[in-house]
Amino acid sequence: MANVSYLRTEDAPILPPPVSDTGISGWLRRHVLSTMNDFSSLGAGTRSVLMAVLTLLLLYYGLSALWGIIDFAFVKAVWSDPEGLKRGVCTTTAQGGVATGEVGACWPYVEAKLKLFIYGRYPESELWRPNLVFALLAAGLGWIIVDKAPARRFMGLVMLSVFPLVALILLTGAHVDLSRTGMIAMAVTGVVLMLAGHLGLRGGLGEILLAFGGGVRLIGALFLIIAIVMFVMSLDYGLEKVPTDFWGGLLVTLVVALTGIVASLPLGIVLALGRRSSLPLFRILSITFIEFWRGVPLISVLFMSSVMLPLFLPEGTDFDKLLRALIGVALFSSAYMAENIRGGLQAIPSGQYEGAAALGLSYNQSMRMIILPQALKIVIPGIVNTFISLFKDTTLVLIIGLFDLLGMVQSTFTDPSWATPVTSATGYLVCAVTFWVFCFSMSRYSVHLERKLHTGHQR
Amino acid sequence: MSEMNVSDEAIIRIRNMQKWYGQFHVLRDINLEVFKGERIVVCGPSGSGKSTMIRCINRLEEHQQGMIEVDGIELTDDLKNIDTIRREIGMVFQHFNLFPHLTVLENCTLAPIWVRKMAKKDAEEIAMNYLSRVKIPNQAGKYPGQLSGGQQQRVAIARALCMSPKVMLFDEPTSALDPEMIKEVLDVMIELAQEGMTMICVTHEMGFAREVANRVIFMDAGQIIEENDPESFFNNPQSERTQLFLSQILGH
Repeated sequence: MANVSYLRTEDAPILPPPVSDTGISGWLRRHVLSTMNDFSSLGAGTRSVLMAVLTLLLLYYGLSALWGIIDFAFVKAVWSDPEGLKRGVCTTTAQGGVATGEVGACWPYVEAKLKLFIYGRYPESELWRPNLVFALLAAGLGWIIVDKAPARRFMGLVMLSVFPLVALILLTGAHVDLSRTGMIAMAVTGVVLMLAGHLGLRGGLGEILLAFGGGVRLIGALFLIIAIVMFVMSLDYGLEKVPTDFWGGLLVTLVVALTGIVASLPLGIVLALGRRSSLPLFRILSITFIEFWRGVPLISVLFMSSVMLPLFLPEGTDFDKLLRALIGVALFSSAYMAENIRGGLQAIPSGQYEGAAALGLSYNQSMRMIILPQALKIVIPGIVNTFISLFKDTTLVLIIGLFDLLGMVQSTFTDPSWATPVTSATGYLVCAVTFWVFCFSMSRYSVHLERKLHTGHQR
Repeated sequence: MSEMNVSDEAIIRIRNMQKWYGQFHVLRDINLEVFKGERIVVCGPSGSGKSTMIRCINRLEEHQQGMIEVDGIELTDDLKNIDTIRREIGMVFQHFNLFPHLTVLENCTLAPIWVRKMAKKDAEEIAMNYLSRVKIPNQAGKYPGQLSGGQQQRVAIARALCMSPKVMLFDEPTSALDPEMIKEVLDVMIELAQEGMTMICVTHEMGFAREVANRVIFMDAGQIIEENDPESFFNNPQSERTQLFLSQILGH
């Protein structure tokens, strides 16, 4: 029998990894060269050559596509129109213009139409209002996004409660003629429902309200919020009214997208919890809602909101077209959001529910403090995915006659004073880059958030 | 140690309790009285219903027939009673069930603050006190995922203790631990027992049962087969099933 006895007398030295594995050369060796430096046999040699050829071809096509864009946007671009020639400056002599060579992007056209792209036909003299809203939005978002900023939670609340109201007043001018009695009725209903829900949760109003108290309170809060919004909107702030027909461009894109984003998350959470509720009423209502909205394309939702809804409403009811689209988009995306969040809820092991229950936490408490924070963290990629697709889907409002960024850009193509062969390409490029910047920022922020919330755990 | 002060006042009463999972009769006619200060160890083969039984005591599982009474309050569908009872019963799970998104300290203070409505400062003081007693006060700022299994389980015990429960339920607290970590958890549990905490432990740690328990309960196929003081239980098991079980787990 072999000798099985061994005793280490000295620790083996701790060494750095071999140089070939580190740095740029190590990376190249492992990820690029390793696939094409094996010539040990005919097969391996063929494969190596093939890989090298493919790599070079892909590099060539990739770089030439990139160069195409750079060439169009910068090298061959027309940058200024000092003589006010408009289309002439971006067309060649053969096309009736003054440019000598081939023409790339026509930036003077973008400059001339920039206001349309951003604000639509919002009155020139009132442009400070959307500008102020943009500035407030940027400042607020910036504040919340910076991890070390003080009072972030408070700012978050302000951005969700005060900011939308301020934006609404500034953009529309408020002073809407709304019935005071309706408002008061709404407010009273809201307060009564909230009180009932609150007392119910404490067990004062019997079994049924003990179970449904949370829901009742939520509906009450909704009523109260609507009443407050109506009240605020009915006041006169001395601002000129700007009907939504005049809004357009990036302004509409942002209004639709942000409303959808802000409304869909809480609605989605409620729907997701409802779908998993043990109370059949909540479950059935949630499932019906989700499956209805998921089963209908956004375009038909928008058509329905603009064409069919007025048929159902009493005659003479004037319901703003943009508002209808906003509600449609918000409900539509909340159904998707609900399913995202439900996925997160399913990923939480039952031990977490049991741990919370065993400590005596109520359903609401365990959801708010234990389950949802974890579930939402898991589905950040899915949530941001929905946000991004929602942001891009806003372009669909074009079909109901609202002019978002894309719609506005397209509408300028018909202007004969800027009719050149490169106008549409330039416009679409601006559009694409703008959308990409917004969506990519969301994507990066989501990655950052995921890293920040990672607490290095298995359960 | 089994002489430790057990009062004759029952804190848990279970009478003729029955439970089914669908058609399957998991708990059959369970009768059990637990007195204040008792340390009960429940053992039995896997699937015998021991975990299900203790989970019924704080209503993580619902029983369908019979009666469970904790500290004079009967467990019914009344949500208020359930919440009251859960506040008085601490539970430690096989897989710890710590909240991974909260620090160790936050795990311990959450329930005292939100359920007992304690001031944050007081809750933190109490939590640090218990974390010292389970010998990990220096880990208070870490997340559970950064601790070893044994440390996590001790946090879980501290978390339950922060609610100052009248009864502690342990559901196989050492089964998910690496062997070298079992002792540190058992040591904490033994200390707890010595302080007079009423405990019901589902465990396969027979050494622990011998040292700490004043009563050992053997379950099989959803029934309580045999219960006795550890001395008689281990040295002189009456039922054939108990003998078989003991021979299997004490085999080597």
